[in-house]
Amino acid sequence: MIFTYFKRIVRTGFVNFWRNGFLSFSAVIILTLSLTAFGLLIFGSAFGRTLIQEVKNKVDINVYFTLTADEPSILELKKTIEKLPEVAEVEYISREQALSSFRTKWKDNTLILQGLAEVGSNPFPAVLNIKAKEPSQYAGIAAFLGSKNSLSKDNIAIVDKVNYNQNKLVIDRLGRIIPSVQKTGSVIALVLIIVAVIITFNTVRLVIYTAKDEIAVMKLVGASNSYIRGPFVMSGMMYGIVSGILTLIVLAVFAYYTDAAVIKFAGAKDVKDFGLIINVFSKYFLANFGQIFAIIMGSGIVLGALSSYLAVRRYLNV
Amino acid sequence: MRSMIYFDKVTKIYPDESIALDAVSFTVEPKEFVSIVGHSGAGKTTLMKMLIAEDRPTHGSIFLESKNIHRMKKSEMSKLRRRIGTVFQDFRLIPNKTAYENIAFAMEASGKTDKEIKSDVPYVLDLVDLGNKMWNFPHQLSGGEKQRVAIARAIVNQPDIIIADEPTGNLDPVNTHEIVKILQKINELGTTIILTTHNRGVVDTVAGRVLTMEKGKVIRDDKDGKYIL
Repeated sequence: MIFTYFKRIVRTGFVNFWRNGFLSFSAVIILTLSLTAFGLLIFGSAFGRTLIQEVKNKVDINVYFTLTADEPSILELKKTIEKLPEVAEVEYISREQALSSFRTKWKDNTLILQGLAEVGSNPFPAVLNIKAKEPSQYAGIAAFLGSKNSLSKDNIAIVDKVNYNQNKLVIDRLGRIIPSVQKTGSVIALVLIIVAVIITFNTVRLVIYTAKDEIAVMKLVGASNSYIRGPFVMSGMMYGIVSGILTLIVLAVFAYYTDAAVIKFAGAKDVKDFGLIINVFSKYFLANFGQIFAIIMGSGIVLGALSSYLAVRRYLNV
Repeated sequence: MRSMIYFDKVTKIYPDESIALDAVSFTVEPKEFVSIVGHSGAGKTTLMKMLIAEDRPTHGSIFLESKNIHRMKKSEMSKLRRRIGTVFQDFRLIPNKTAYENIAFAMEASGKTDKEIKSDVPYVLDLVDLGNKMWNFPHQLSGGEKQRVAIARAIVNQPDIIIADEPTGNLDPVNTHEIVKILQKINELGTTIILTTHNRGVVDTVAGRVLTMEKGKVIRDDKDGKYIL
């Protein structure tokens, strides 16, 4: 009997969704707009995170060693730095690597290469490029390096200079801007979500308002509240499913065209300078499709079902 | 014999202070055909609404087989309504369901099986001579046909009582006559019928008990079927 009961509710929900053509269409459009707003917020947050990551990637502090600094001492310092909890990554560039990358970079410029040859020996110092987990942590790392400046074999200073002070302004600004950007983003997202939910609730309420006489008749022929409510909730879920599918299509199209627009804006030559931002939406959409699918479909179904449930409740007191 | 319906000093006062029913008391016995007559605003429809618990009395009580219907729980109320078939002047069919589905819905609400629905719905539609229009939507039916669907819906669960509020109010004389004949037939099969009307012809055809209402009061209870206003 319970199976028959649910079968009838599901069937009636489907039939009502189909027969109430225009009303269902309106509800689906509004719900699609709300879900698209959700989706764009997800994209916006992913873009923000990538942008911040890209900027963070561009910021580091560099430890330049004296030309006489021996490699084992540098590698030992590298190990010590890597153990610091604030440090995300330490990259060692030996004097030879520095020379070779310089040569590669200027391979077409004979004047510069000639100058380099005249110098005779390798003029490039070894470097440690240090990336902190958070921009605010660079000050601590720089202070640590200052205290370790004397660390050397035979008490000879091996660190020539640390460029923290040159990058300090950018690092400090980043440390202040990133949290406030994140906070503002969250507030805007919350407001948009509330607006979308209210609009969806009101649209579904209007759809169900048109069926209030029908609900009264159902009550008068002796239908239980759950039997009346069931098909409306089912139709609400249908709004959610159809809107969810439409939203995913809209988001896929948005990701494709926005990424194409970024590449066009960057220009083919400089596109690599855009780093992580290139194809950020498509990559994010594909990598997190399961999660986005679940969020969009889940929100659509819950929003559709819940707003129908609440809207019908008003008319059940007959 | 125990009364089927008992109105005990039922008064209904609306928020605008108008008195729709004023200490109305009467009883209805099983298998009776009771016509309630009166001018517009006499309180006939309010009385019907009280009986199906669509509205609550301000004072007094209504008993169906000794049970106060306004003290019932929601689940009991749904069960009670399945024992009462209702027919309204404005038909009150569900617009996005076909004639078949409108009747089937009443059966589904009563927990009938698919097999029972498949056999009973065409049967009652044949009874009201609409077997050929079972897949029509209400907007594809005439007024008389809609009312016959409403009657089919009211009788399909074999209720103990049928309450018909001005069932012929929107119909022409031919359809009116047919609807009254159907109601009489149902009554002959043992169903109690309470009908409101201000159509003298209907009351004369039925020739049953007549309650006359005026300004919210029952001013006459005539066992001989006289329409006097």
